[in-house]
Amino acid sequence: MSLTARDVAEILRVLEESSFDTLDLDMDGVQLRLRRSGAPPARESVPTPALAPRAGESPAKSARSAAPAHTAAHAGVAPEPGAVAVPAPLLGIYYRAPKPGEPPFVEAGDKVQADTIIGIIEVMKLMNTVRAGVAGQIVSISAPNGELVEYGQAILWVRPD
Amino acid sequence: MPAIRRVLIANRGEIALRIIRTCHKLGLETVLVVSEADRDALPARRADRVVCIGPAPASHSYLRAETIMQAALSTGADAIHPGYGFLSERTQLAMLCEENQVSFIGPTAAQILAVGDKLRARQQAVGTEVPVVPGGAVVTLEDAEALFEHLGAPVLIKAVGGGGGRGMKLVESLDALPGALKMASAEAGAAFGDARVYMERYVARGRHVEVQVLGDGEGRVVHLGERDCSVQRRYQKLVEETPAPGIDAGLRARICAAGQRFAEGLNYRGAGTVEFLLDVERNAFYFLEMNARIQVEHPVTEMVTGVDLVAEQIAIAAGEGLRIGASQAQPSGHAIECRINAEDPANDFMPSPGLIAHAEWPQLQCVRVDTWVESGSRVSPYYDSLIGKIIVHAPTRAAAVTRMREALAATKIEGVRTNIDFQAAVMGSPDFQAGGVDTHWLGGLIAQRLQENTHG
Repeated sequence: MSLTARDVAEILRVLEESSFDTLDLDMDGVQLRLRRSGAPPARESVPTPALAPRAGESPAKSARSAAPAHTAAHAGVAPEPGAVAVPAPLLGIYYRAPKPGEPPFVEAGDKVQADTIIGIIEVMKLMNTVRAGVAGQIVSISAPNGELVEYGQAILWVRPD
Repeated sequence: MPAIRRVLIANRGEIALRIIRTCHKLGLETVLVVSEADRDALPARRADRVVCIGPAPASHSYLRAETIMQAALSTGADAIHPGYGFLSERTQLAMLCEENQVSFIGPTAAQILAVGDKLRARQQAVGTEVPVVPGGAVVTLEDAEALFEHLGAPVLIKAVGGGGGRGMKLVESLDALPGALKMASAEAGAAFGDARVYMERYVARGRHVEVQVLGDGEGRVVHLGERDCSVQRRYQKLVEETPAPGIDAGLRARICAAGQRFAEGLNYRGAGTVEFLLDVERNAFYFLEMNARIQVEHPVTEMVTGVDLVAEQIAIAAGEGLRIGASQAQPSGHAIECRINAEDPANDFMPSPGLIAHAEWPQLQCVRVDTWVESGSRVSPYYDSLIGKIIVHAPTRAAAVTRMREALAATKIEGVRTNIDFQAAVMGSPDFQAGGVDTHWLGGLIAQRLQENTHG
């Protein structure tokens, strides 16, 4: 008896719907280890299709306009060829600085390392620090301070080293 | 209570689209939260605004109550519709709504909790003179053995925190009781975080009949008749209809009144379903559980009553109370729903995700299709396999069956395997056409088809 890709997909689905974090399956010499990751997805694996930010729009205003902004949302355009997006690892309110009135974590032109903090995303009063995930120089910052960023939306763009 | 102007929909698939449709009909704006996998799906193209909340796995997107609440607050939504599944019957989102002055289009968190605990719900039923299957809580093995002797074999062990058939154990002899009890309790603890179990007499030939209710949250409840959902495979409903065939007016009235009484006892708010087991041999019915949400099969009730249940849910959440009187809820004709799933009946109903190369849904009179699938849609392995529901309405049950057969014949889905032919076989079977099959009937039909395929 062996596992097909379909079986694994089905097992994944079962795990997703369960309250378990890990699943270890041993059967007839086949070992399957599944682990639910609490960590945000690896940024390296997020390629160019980042969300286009809706700069300057208040959330209420953008919700009212029934414009098909959402369908164009994947199409984040890099500000220069080769620039990579640092996508929001979760939905929430993006803050550029540790506290109001303090200088931002980073500015355009700054050099960043993978572990450089580039901002905070607040989800229901819970503050999550966001790191660059890539080494290079910041080309531009696209997410407006204090506004909603969606999962996967480009926070800023980096020219990788 | 604040007026509702902008509704955030915390769900996906056909129910998301169905909720959007009613919102737009009512002139309400819609915000849809989507996972990465659903960004390009049909519901996302219909909503006024779409917000991506996370990657495809539901535990990172559709089950994240805080993220969804943040999305509602940041987009100025004044209400959240949870649909079915996901967060609809967990208290977390309902509680966050209560804390943040956002209307939860559903019952209170306390009511979700009250019906989620099956023992509490059982006691509630007893307290409102709604019949329950003989049985009760079991804590020790001695309790269990005494109750087993009292009820007589076979019995069912069920999880207090469970539902929908999950974690149930059938016990046919006293010898098997200790092992089954241990296993049921361990499974219940792992799956529902609640190891408590209870025991009920096993009803060999039962039909699943449920009552649709609407409550204003202040003790007023109307029922909108019953639905028969006995065509099930491993507790998963495949065909639903209303009225329940072959039930006399007196029994129907008693079941519907019991459902209404149960909901009244809770001061239930919103749309809910009270499920009963109809004991065919004893011509008696017993309370099973209450589902505190809109159900997948709600359209059959809408077809025969003309009531838009989602619109009523929204009106109740907005404080408008019950707009429907008992006289308006009188059903007319017969309605049947077939669930169309991307699954392979020839391969043990294995899910069949993938790209829908071509989708053609029936466009016939008195046929309603609730679907999110069109040519080019992608059925994700991360979610359930429901791709659409075909609902027909006709003056009589026989005419409804004929109409459903026509509708199924006019449905073409290419690219993934579906249960369309299987549903056509159900509609074509003499047993189904006679009406009143029990919940084991479909299992028999499947076994028979399997045998025919092997030998034919």
